[in-house]
Amino acid sequence: MVGTAVQSARRDIMRRFGALVVPVISLAALVWVLFLARGTTAQPAVRDPGEFAVTLLDGVTFAGLLFVVASGFTLIFGLMRTVNMAHGSLFLLAGFTAIALQQKMVGKTTNIAPEDVTLMSWIVPLIVAAALAALLGVLLQQVFLRWNQGQELRQALITIAISVVLADQMLRQFGGLAKTMVWPGAVSHFIEIFGQRYATSRLFMLAVAVVVGVALWLWLTKTRMGMVIRAGVDDEPMVRALGINVTLIFAVTFFVGAFLAGVGGVMGASFAGAATGSDGAWLLNSLVVVIIGGLGSIKGAVAGSLLYGLVSAFAPVYLPTQYTFYAVIFSFVLLALVLAVRPYGLFGRPA
Amino acid sequence: MTGTLLEVRDLSSGYGESQVLDGVSFAMGVEAVGILGRNGMGKTTLCATLMGLVRRSAGEVHLDGRRIDGTSPEQIARSGISYVPQGRRLFPSLTVDEHLAMLAKGTKGKRWTPKAVYELFPRLAERKGSSGGDLSGGEQQMLAVGRALLLNGSLVLMDEPSEGLAPTIVDVLVEAVHHLVSEGTAVLVVEQKLRAATAMAERQLLMVSGRIQAESTAAELLANPDLQTRYLGVGSAVETGEHAAGSPAKGRVS
Repeated sequence: MVGTAVQSARRDIMRRFGALVVPVISLAALVWVLFLARGTTAQPAVRDPGEFAVTLLDGVTFAGLLFVVASGFTLIFGLMRTVNMAHGSLFLLAGFTAIALQQKMVGKTTNIAPEDVTLMSWIVPLIVAAALAALLGVLLQQVFLRWNQGQELRQALITIAISVVLADQMLRQFGGLAKTMVWPGAVSHFIEIFGQRYATSRLFMLAVAVVVGVALWLWLTKTRMGMVIRAGVDDEPMVRALGINVTLIFAVTFFVGAFLAGVGGVMGASFAGAATGSDGAWLLNSLVVVIIGGLGSIKGAVAGSLLYGLVSAFAPVYLPTQYTFYAVIFSFVLLALVLAVRPYGLFGRPA
Repeated sequence: MTGTLLEVRDLSSGYGESQVLDGVSFAMGVEAVGILGRNGMGKTTLCATLMGLVRRSAGEVHLDGRRIDGTSPEQIARSGISYVPQGRRLFPSLTVDEHLAMLAKGTKGKRWTPKAVYELFPRLAERKGSSGGDLSGGEQQMLAVGRALLLNGSLVLMDEPSEGLAPTIVDVLVEAVHHLVSEGTAVLVVEQKLRAATAMAERQLLMVSGRIQAESTAAELLANPDLQTRYLGVGSAVETGEHAAGSPAKGRVS
């Protein structure tokens, strides 16, 4: 009894502390960026709106990519409680596959210029590679995970094992050198924002993310299957007790989740290249986003992507130059702050 | 009783090491039947076991002559049991309309469609756009019943439908149960409240310690405080110091 009282008092203090600390820190960060920003590479935003606008755009466009990858991860977790540790592998496999396909379509393996790349020779590899990731995802679910439904630790270990195997096979197939997918020429321009040049390809990436997000939202809210998936996230046994065949729903969800990893992988390969190790990095990115946003919540994936994207864009630019190296810490400060105030993430619910 | 719709034979189940159901047996036709019992006597476990949500350790369940135990919850639901669980278990992410829409496929031309559910419970029609979590207790229960009806099953299984509801709302449910039975749908209702249970069903099975210990009628139960004390632990049990759960008497009325 005493223990629970102390615990609940501690929780209460943490909540009040959070309710106070979060606005204070956010306000301090805002004041710093807008008016002070001493010793940084950037001027305070009021004096250099261009730098601020570009950083903001960097954050939001990166958030778009984060969202596409993390939404697939959170969709699978939300319905099936499966932490798919091979999500990053599907991401990287789609990236490599799309690059190989684009090289075939363009007819060159090196020095591909944006002018060589038509819209089709970006979109067709995107769809084919994402579909490959999706099929592999369903195969993985049907062959390995189906039998271990509800055994979360076992599923996590199985998917880790698969990600290790896939990483080795990709190294063998695609080599250890980083490769890049080339944006189509039509979107490889620069526009001027407050006197700063900005790459339209990044805006294109954001547009693709928005299209994916809207399609996902329409699917989940307007279709019968979307309703069943949301119901399943809430209470899966009850959905079964209403006569609905969840086996099919699980397979479709895994397909879509893996497809999103694939789309993200192709976007990522165009944005930052594909290389051995990106699989782990993007699994970590997805985890950070969904832990901030709340596991299983698409809204949470949006919020988590935006927060994580913005923090990782602003931290290196607006830290005093001698501390730029520590910018990466801020992502984890963000994570710690969110978890201190909301242990299940922004939109998460206890399982 | 007109022919047997549901037959349960020696059904046992439990969680891990602890056995909760200890050989439940009964049969029912197209009628309303109540299962009455105090807290912890295995009523909810009986519902969950019938639905396949808790694995049975022994026994058989036949619905309409077909054996349904040992299959999955979705198969049991499709074979004709419409389940209204304890605590309603609505989906907080879905609106009232979505709860019905997700089950609307295949209801066309059948007795229960979303439209028919709204006619049965006009209150729900007014709250179509509300989320399942924002409804009042009564509205939630109406939705839980309406959702189950869309399966167009031959048997509606209700687990403590009156729990936490105002008497006027319970009356709405009672009326719905009578309506269903008059249309040829069987209703098996599990309750711990005497008033609600007896209003819904004339035939009452009394459950004690994981078994059906006796059978009675609504009228007899209401008129006989001794029966209430013995099986339900209500009435004079506390004053006389007699413990209803201790040793269930041999089924005097069964």
